[in-house]
Amino acid sequence: MSSQERPVTLEVNGDPVRVFVEARKTLADTLREDCGLTGTHLGCEQGVCGACTVLIDGDPVRSCLMFAVQAEGSEIRTIEGLESADGTLHPLQQSFWDHHGLQCGFCTPGFLMLAAGVLEKDPNADEETLREALSSNLCRCTGYQNILKSVLAAAEKLRS
Amino acid sequence: MKPASFDYVSASSIDQAVSVLSELGDEAKVIAGGQSLVAMMNFRLARPATLVDINRVPGLDVIDVGADSVAVGALVRHRRLELGGEVPGPLGDLLAEAGHHVGHLPIRTRGTFCGSIAHADPASEWCVLAALLDARMEATSTRGTRLIPAEEFFVTVFTTALEPDEILTAVHLPLLSENHHVGFAEFSRRAGDFAIVMAMTAIEVADGRITDARVALGGVAAQPTRSSAAEAVLVGRAPGAETFADAASAAAENVTPHGDVHGPAEYRVDLVRAMVRRSLTRALGEG
Amino acid sequence: MLVGSAVPRTEDPPLIRGRGSFVADRATGAWAVRFVRSPVASGVIRSIEFPDGALVFTAADLEGLGDIRPMLHRGDYAPVAQPLLARDRVRFAGEPLAAVVARTAYEAEDLAEQVYVDIDVEDCVVDVVSAMADGAPKVHETDLGTNIAVDARVATPGVAEAFTSAAHVVEVQVGSDRQSAFPLETRGGLAEFDPRTGRVRLTTSTQAAHVVRTAICDVLGIPERDLQVIAPDVGGGFGQKYCLAREDAVVTWLARRLERRVAWIEDRLENFTSAFHSREHQYTLRAAFSADGIMQALDADIICNVGAYSCYPVTCAVEPLMAMAEMPGPYAVREYAARARAVLTNLCPIAPYRGVSRPVITLALERLMDTAARQLGVDPVELRLRNLIDDFPHTSPTGLVYDEASYREALRSAVEAVDLPSLRQRQAELRERGRFIGVGFSTFSERTGYGTSAFAARMMDVTLGYEDVELAMDPSGNVELRIGASPHGQGLATALGQIVADRLGIELAAVRVNHGDTDRDPFGWGSFASRGMVIAGGAASLAADMLAEQVSRVAAEMLEAVPEDIVLADGAATVAGTTVSVLISEVARTASHRRDLAGGVQGLAVRTTYDPAGTFSNACHVAVVEVDPDTGAVTIERFVVVEDAGLLVNPMIVDGQIHGGVCQGIANALYESLQYDDDGNLVTASLLDYLPPTIAELPHVEIHHLVTISDATLTGAKGVGEGGTIGAPAAVLNAISDALSPWGVDVNQMPATPSRIRSLIRGRHPERNNTR
Repeated sequence: MSSQERPVTLEVNGDPVRVFVEARKTLADTLREDCGLTGTHLGCEQGVCGACTVLIDGDPVRSCLMFAVQAEGSEIRTIEGLESADGTLHPLQQSFWDHHGLQCGFCTPGFLMLAAGVLEKDPNADEETLREALSSNLCRCTGYQNILKSVLAAAEKLRS
Repeated sequence: MKPASFDYVSASSIDQAVSVLSELGDEAKVIAGGQSLVAMMNFRLARPATLVDINRVPGLDVIDVGADSVAVGALVRHRRLELGGEVPGPLGDLLAEAGHHVGHLPIRTRGTFCGSIAHADPASEWCVLAALLDARMEATSTRGTRLIPAEEFFVTVFTTALEPDEILTAVHLPLLSENHHVGFAEFSRRAGDFAIVMAMTAIEVADGRITDARVALGGVAAQPTRSSAAEAVLVGRAPGAETFADAASAAAENVTPHGDVHGPAEYRVDLVRAMVRRSLTRALGEG
Repeated sequence: MLVGSAVPRTEDPPLIRGRGSFVADRATGAWAVRFVRSPVASGVIRSIEFPDGALVFTAADLEGLGDIRPMLHRGDYAPVAQPLLARDRVRFAGEPLAAVVARTAYEAEDLAEQVYVDIDVEDCVVDVVSAMADGAPKVHETDLGTNIAVDARVATPGVAEAFTSAAHVVEVQVGSDRQSAFPLETRGGLAEFDPRTGRVRLTTSTQAAHVVRTAICDVLGIPERDLQVIAPDVGGGFGQKYCLAREDAVVTWLARRLERRVAWIEDRLENFTSAFHSREHQYTLRAAFSADGIMQALDADIICNVGAYSCYPVTCAVEPLMAMAEMPGPYAVREYAARARAVLTNLCPIAPYRGVSRPVITLALERLMDTAARQLGVDPVELRLRNLIDDFPHTSPTGLVYDEASYREALRSAVEAVDLPSLRQRQAELRERGRFIGVGFSTFSERTGYGTSAFAARMMDVTLGYEDVELAMDPSGNVELRIGASPHGQGLATALGQIVADRLGIELAAVRVNHGDTDRDPFGWGSFASRGMVIAGGAASLAADMLAEQVSRVAAEMLEAVPEDIVLADGAATVAGTTVSVLISEVARTASHRRDLAGGVQGLAVRTTYDPAGTFSNACHVAVVEVDPDTGAVTIERFVVVEDAGLLVNPMIVDGQIHGGVCQGIANALYESLQYDDDGNLVTASLLDYLPPTIAELPHVEIHHLVTISDATLTGAKGVGEGGTIGAPAAVLNAISDALSPWGVDVNQMPATPSRIRSLIRGRHPERNNTR
């Protein structure tokens, strides 16, 4: 009974998606395995590292701390949906590229979605606010310096 | 780190939720924000047979401001209290300040005030706040609703006085008048971590004297606790650096914390002294 | 010229678009492998029971397979064997006992819970002191008969005399807690059996695909042709993914046994309990100084807690032996003695982590310098200047040859960059107001890019060192560089592309760098030890010259000129001093499709190798910190790096390596500690207790470059991957000690946690006139 799969309807990156999952399946695993969206990464499964960050109804959320069944009817955005439909990079993606905001790239989708969520809600977020928000996620390669630089540059570009 | 199997019920009303709990007892667990619970389920440290999801229950995402108190509903997220603007006076300021220190933005976005209190981590901002203000927890079951005072509610680490069939539907906090001064200080190793030690204070001052003092501590015992020793030092004295230092010493001398990986017991005592003094200083300035 | 410019990385587009391909991304749909791990540190396995018919495999199923038994050919090394799954007994909590296979990771975890293991728990040894005590429980029965896996000594003839005649003898005891490299992506392996060929393709998160292939084929007893190892996108390694994961060998065996696609994706809990740890070192350094502050002799006692097994291929002796070989660091001391011991305990095994022993070596030496400066009454900067190597090449007491570098200049530049006099003034002013800032220096060398000759000195069974590359131009004029190095975030593909594109006169986009595939790439030792740019870079540079010569010969034939007159630039081959040219793409097509017109050139493909002796980068780090005496908290106000890594092929990438390296060093210095209880259980096994810092805890890192071009490196580039991590802890702990000088305490153990700092100063009062 409990391992029974149940239907869940989501809107992922603008597309309606219907999956059949066990109640215990996390949203992160559902996105990766049932939606084929492996850009959302799992780094800790305890809600600390933030590699699994996605936007749910516009808010950055840890997808390892939520079950897919709980997301029924939600609008979900993942890294795969950040670029434009024609493949143009989002200013945050372009800025991470330009400013060396990534090294191994494992944490990068989480940081991009976190920053995208924050800047969409608060386009005028100042450096302190952005630093504080970016402290939500862990990166082991960059020392964060170029992540901050990338986000600040993208914020400026998004405002202009 | 994948959770064990469970049944899932998305409740559409409190009645439905409490009737499931009444049927299943401690086999079931309520989930709201899930920011602690799901992590524990991923470690399989928590393995409820049934998860009762209250996120779709209408009417729980309410901050109900009354004449002397405010009721924070079970689906009010940390972030909403952090952003403020709904709870008036010094209580609103304290909620915003403490709320800013709860986890990180994505955690605050989804996690709930009541969920944190029901989780009963003695180093949680909201548990300490509940102890500070003698909050009353509104427990609802098929048997009705009761209010549990903070000092009875927090039994021990991760354990509350809620019965297995009860849901924490709201927390009632007294509003603080404008002559209250509130202060908050916590020490954690990293931004957003649970505090090692936390102090929260609410001080009423009249005619240059402290007329009422509340000092609560987190991270020093199995429950969030009030420091009656510090409170006794404060009442009747003029606010000021010396008074605060004396209160901090009294608080430090009257705790018996346990050590852990973040440091021995003496270290927590050091932090009690530092945090009590800082929270008082933040509440009242240098005096 | 692309070399020298900060071109954006060619690696990035898929990674920023969510199209990276890490092992877990490739493993969706594979059957899940989960390891049942020992809940105790030491004990005898009585039985392992599980449901009938379940896919559960134990050591009994692996009978006949070899153990992992890395070897050092020296008499003071006691080899130990590591079975793929614990057999007869367990030696650390977290050791794999059984592998279960199920349809999903969720079901595998359910099944793992149904495996019942009966173990007779025995006494364990957790720390080096009890492990070395008489009668201590033995982790292994070894040839040496103790828990010591290596006990090495070195001494120059005049050490005793130097101490006898010394004007000052200075002693420090310095140590580091056990730490984790903590790559953000955990380990994992996907093994796919090909029923047609009988081969297995193992996709694993590794830093060295060829090393993994040899190791697994050796223990499974299969020819290397039957195993393809692929390193896909790898989410950080920092050393933890260099040495063989026994789990990868089990996964490969399972794919053959079950003839299916199986994957083990390590979870974070396993990564903490069972993936290699590092850094648990305690050193006692004694130094003999002359009256004028010249270090005449250095004596080091080095003890490393290496855990329960020896890591393949570098062995558990790697940390103490490196500490012994490199301890004199950047100082020109002539007389040197050391004893270095690796101590086996019932803890998770160690393997090298970014910097290996050098973060602790540098911490020890630089704490020694500050301590000596105080004892001798000499300014710490001045004392360093008197002792830093300044005559090149310099041969160290252990025989290492230091090529040209800029030790003194780096220190002087750093002093200037932070404006030391005004810092001292501010420090004094703040102290008056009860605030405590401190400044700490760390001057160090980073031995990088060393090849076979250097590794041969270690006497490992497997002598690492060289790098092979293959470079070929296809008929469209694009090139593929295939390398044995295995970058995983360092940007090496971009940097090598810059070198190759410049030599061939083509665009960066026309160069594709292929790595991490044993079927396609030439043998190589992978990415570690700050060697990629130096060794693979040198090999790529040689290969590009060879290919350029071939291209020039074909072009010369086409242009009726001599090869020496052909210039390759802007996508064309041009006769020097003329406008007579042909597109390189046309040259390539001719070389492949009209070989009759190609002037005898037999195709545009070369293969070469590079195997240098090694080169030393150097740097000076300066940390300015504030310590809160009430809480023991440390805030880093400013962090300055003066780095000399030779030629900067891509300055943006170099700075990124320094940023990340310094921040890991700060993490090591202040935050990270793996702690066990007395029963050998890891008590810091979650991210609530093991604390990699966030952006909020880390400073902006300010970088200044010096450029010493040494002929010890073909490209002029010196390695830069580890320097940040090597130098930062010493700078931070020196700065904290400086800030706390009114209390007269020394901070010699990392991490310098707030609790430790409070323990040092609790109950003591700062002395205003303390001159420390």
